[in-house]
Amino acid sequence: MSDTRATAEPTEPAETTEPTETTGITEPAEPAGTVTAPTAAPHSPSAPGRRSGKVSPRGRRAATLAAGVLVLLALPFYVSSFWLQTGLFAMAAVIGAIGLNLLSGTTGQLSLGHAFFLAVGAYGYVWLASEPSGTGYGSRYGLGLPPVLAFVLAIVLAGAAGGLFSPISGRLRGMYLGIATLALVFLGHHMMLNAPQVTGGFNGRSVPPLDILGFSFTDTSPDGLTVIGVPFGGLERLWYVGLALVAVAWLAAHNLLRGRPGRALGAVRDSEVAAAVMGVHLTRYRASAFIISSMYAGAAGALLALVFKRVVPDHFGLLLSIDYLAMIVIGGLGSVGGAACGAVFVALIPHLLTKYADDLPLLTAPGTTGSGVSPGDAARYLYGTAIVLVLIFAPGGLAGLARRRPRGKGDDSPRTRRFPLRNRTTPKEHTP
Amino acid sequence: MIKFAETVLNGFALGSVYALIALGFVVIFKASGVMNFAHGSLLLFGGYVTARLHDAIGFIPAVLVGAALAAALAGLVQLLATRGLRGAEIHTLTILTIGVDVLLSTELNRQIGADYLTMGDPWGADVTRLGSITVADARVASIVVAVVVIGAFFAAFRWSRWGLSMRSAAADPEAAALMGIRLDRVRLIAWCVAGALAAVAAVFLAAFPAPGLDRTTGQIALSAFPAAILGGMDSAVGALVGSLVIGLTAAMAAGYQNELSVLGAGFPDVAPYLVMVLVLLVRPTGLFGSKELTRV
Repeated sequence: MSDTRATAEPTEPAETTEPTETTGITEPAEPAGTVTAPTAAPHSPSAPGRRSGKVSPRGRRAATLAAGVLVLLALPFYVSSFWLQTGLFAMAAVIGAIGLNLLSGTTGQLSLGHAFFLAVGAYGYVWLASEPSGTGYGSRYGLGLPPVLAFVLAIVLAGAAGGLFSPISGRLRGMYLGIATLALVFLGHHMMLNAPQVTGGFNGRSVPPLDILGFSFTDTSPDGLTVIGVPFGGLERLWYVGLALVAVAWLAAHNLLRGRPGRALGAVRDSEVAAAVMGVHLTRYRASAFIISSMYAGAAGALLALVFKRVVPDHFGLLLSIDYLAMIVIGGLGSVGGAACGAVFVALIPHLLTKYADDLPLLTAPGTTGSGVSPGDAARYLYGTAIVLVLIFAPGGLAGLARRRPRGKGDDSPRTRRFPLRNRTTPKEHTP
Repeated sequence: MIKFAETVLNGFALGSVYALIALGFVVIFKASGVMNFAHGSLLLFGGYVTARLHDAIGFIPAVLVGAALAAALAGLVQLLATRGLRGAEIHTLTILTIGVDVLLSTELNRQIGADYLTMGDPWGADVTRLGSITVADARVASIVVAVVVIGAFFAAFRWSRWGLSMRSAAADPEAAALMGIRLDRVRLIAWCVAGALAAVAAVFLAAFPAPGLDRTTGQIALSAFPAAILGGMDSAVGALVGSLVIGLTAAMAAGYQNELSVLGAGFPDVAPYLVMVLVLLVRPTGLFGSKELTRV
């Protein structure tokens, strides 16, 4: 057994195509003294939600997946630009949420600083891809790199920012880490406002468009591009970039979680001591989780910048961080698919409510004064309620619902869960 | 020199308000291990009730009603957490408070809108002169009230039955429960106390020289996070020390803004976080926080 599993998670047979991989069919011996109490949230870092014991037809899954991908690929030919833009926002959110899920869901490190790393990605792309301009106070720095290279480097930059923070993030636990990352958001916002040469200050900076070898992802160059009679403007072209990014992000996270690192990260979440005993290099894994999560956020931020066409500091505030936390909680901690669903949910709601404000009861269109609820407020009510209800009725989030595990058949008896044990990662050993 | 003395006094006043908020954080954390992110909206709620009622029933009763209602609301949150999520992870409970915060703050923002609500406090914009130092009455009052309230809290914590059960529940919940301490009740009272403290803090946050209670007042409570963290999340004394440090930091950064202009505009808002990060680098569990021990 080369894997480092410290928990007695019920493992479904992993859907691997290589039969060489055996995922813990025989339980490794528990290290003495650790009583494993897997947490209430039924997330296993291995196979995605499948009911063990039932031979789930893999063909049907593949067919569903293929159909979904086909629909997504075909969308730009059928829907208006509003839906494309909203969809792109959702894609950026999906990428960011998958990243935060690796950190908070799988590794159990609460982070409220996700917005900061999104900002690093967004501003990093702008700074790397822009040509320098202006003079004096209005001067703007820029490296004028090819946009694709700038995009990649922006992701690296966000990862580096996460790495720079690791002296702090590696030493702190739980709430201390949460508040320290909260500080990142405020300090980052302060830097954005006070470094106008790089960020454009309060009013932000316009985003140079993405182009690959002369093919620009805007409405021009080539002008009036049509595919099968459908005009292909910037949003349609970006759509496929977004899809490709989401696919890469999804697959990378999926494979990471299914492999050795994923199990190690899960072990770190459940019990650091047990994980260390099993040979997981704690510091390294915690730092790596932080860096990878930051890189995901950077990719999300850069994509967001491309869709927005202008980045402003106020977008990357505490609220955005909380949005991301809400996404992974609603989706289900520790599940890639769940994070994606939660992200789509949280990202779409405000846009949909704004669009259909006139047709919905109690809502007032933005800008009008009335007794109704503005769409933005309504969206926040909705997802605030969603967080509370999901936590109470479906602690595993949407992913947990999809698994349809009967509740109450947890692996640990209610007796040990009665007392949230603080400062002690294992229940007390009662020596006679 | 005069400016320095005034700045220090302001720092103490600010620190005393932060202490009221940070104590609430610490009490909740000690009792249930939860970082309460809904604290800002609880504070705003208490202040809102006071602001709405003071015309009808007078200032002091309004504050008392505000504190009582904020305590009740905090108790409700705790009931929701214990009844709805029995035995859930601490992380989950923390995120639940974020959900509650989203709901509460959205509603309060709608109610308050862009208004500044006055608290009807008796100090108004009066100032007191001590020699050549000028200090606002509201700030003196905030120091006095905070000292009295916090003193009462510490006395209760030290000598009352609730304080004893609270301390034992924090030390070892399992053993405390076996000895007949009702953890649920202890936690409920802890949350109520924290809510009441936040409501009192709201009065002083909205008093002179602030223009009144507005929708952003709750976010000031966020600055008490660094205070509680810096002192150590499970130490009441730490909350006091941390609050004074953060209060003085904020007052200094604001008072000497011109001298500190090299650090950028708006530096006073981020100074507390900077200080906190520096402290955490040296002591990962704050100045007085207990180190995490693991038994294997």
